[in-house]
Amino acid sequence: MFISGIKDRFGRFARRYTQLIAAVLYNLNIKGFFTGKIYQGDIKGLCAPGLNCYSCPGAVLSCPLGSLQSGLVSAGLKFPFYAVGTLLLFGLLLGRFICGFLCPFGFLQELIYKIPVPKLKKGKVTRILSYLKYVILVAFVIVIPLVKLAPGFCKYICPVGTFEGGIPLTIKNEALRPLLGFLFSWKMFILALVLLLCMFCFRAFCRFVCPLGAIYSLFNPISFFGVRVNMNKCIGCNKCARDCKLDVRKVCDRECVQCGECIGKCPTSAIGYGIRYKDFRRM
Amino acid sequence: MKKNGVRAVVFGILLALATGLVVYGIADGGFRDVKNKAIRICNECIGIG
Repeated sequence: MFISGIKDRFGRFARRYTQLIAAVLYNLNIKGFFTGKIYQGDIKGLCAPGLNCYSCPGAVLSCPLGSLQSGLVSAGLKFPFYAVGTLLLFGLLLGRFICGFLCPFGFLQELIYKIPVPKLKKGKVTRILSYLKYVILVAFVIVIPLVKLAPGFCKYICPVGTFEGGIPLTIKNEALRPLLGFLFSWKMFILALVLLLCMFCFRAFCRFVCPLGAIYSLFNPISFFGVRVNMNKCIGCNKCARDCKLDVRKVCDRECVQCGECIGKCPTSAIGYGIRYKDFRRM
Repeated sequence: MKKNGVRAVVFGILLALATGLVVYGIADGGFRDVKNKAIRICNECIGIG
């Protein structure tokens, strides 16, 4: 299966709608935003594929990264097989297609990037910075939870928790306000920095910081579904990588969020969404 | 195409592993653990500490 004629119909707008629908589906507990209480139903044991804080009053699913860290904190007692297996499954099936289509924070960053200010272009520096997310993954998601018994990324970095959980909960829940201290100020600073950076730099958080994207990027070369190149049509002009706003070197490499922007730009219509292990192989 | 074949084998093995981990994890109480964590406000996530 190879869908290359989607550039007009299933292109940019379809992706926007998919991102919007995913954000709404992850946060269906609308009541929570008014009451300042989080959802406590049974389905919260399921992990969402994208980065969406489980302490968001609207969240009906769990954050996969939060679940992994929380599992690693208690790994001395029990290894988090379920959280690791879920991440592995998402990565194998969709890779970073999740970043491009199913992540609410990625969607927010793309909306912020629409603000008309001068834009930073990709280059050597952004390419080097793209490795930072792997350092953050190892240090804050794996080492700190195992050694310091604290969810390092959630506690010290995650701007999603501040944006989706911290701000709405402290607005509606008076009991939490006296507990706010330096850590909250620090996380507000990180959030402001990330949002500001996203105005100038396309998906700055996804490219340089997000450990979930770092995990999924490892599966991009083997993921079941995603952007594929028909090598019979490809003339090797590299326009796809050149025109991409991300630090990709070729379609579907570790940095590719499989947004499909290159589909309409390919002069020979060689790029499309498809299933691997059929007729088409990676460029 | 040989490269694709190797990838398909790796994919198959990892898919079986992932499915196994999820099934074993659920049997081991992993789903319940994730739910129990997620239904309480995470102080670290929201910046309280």
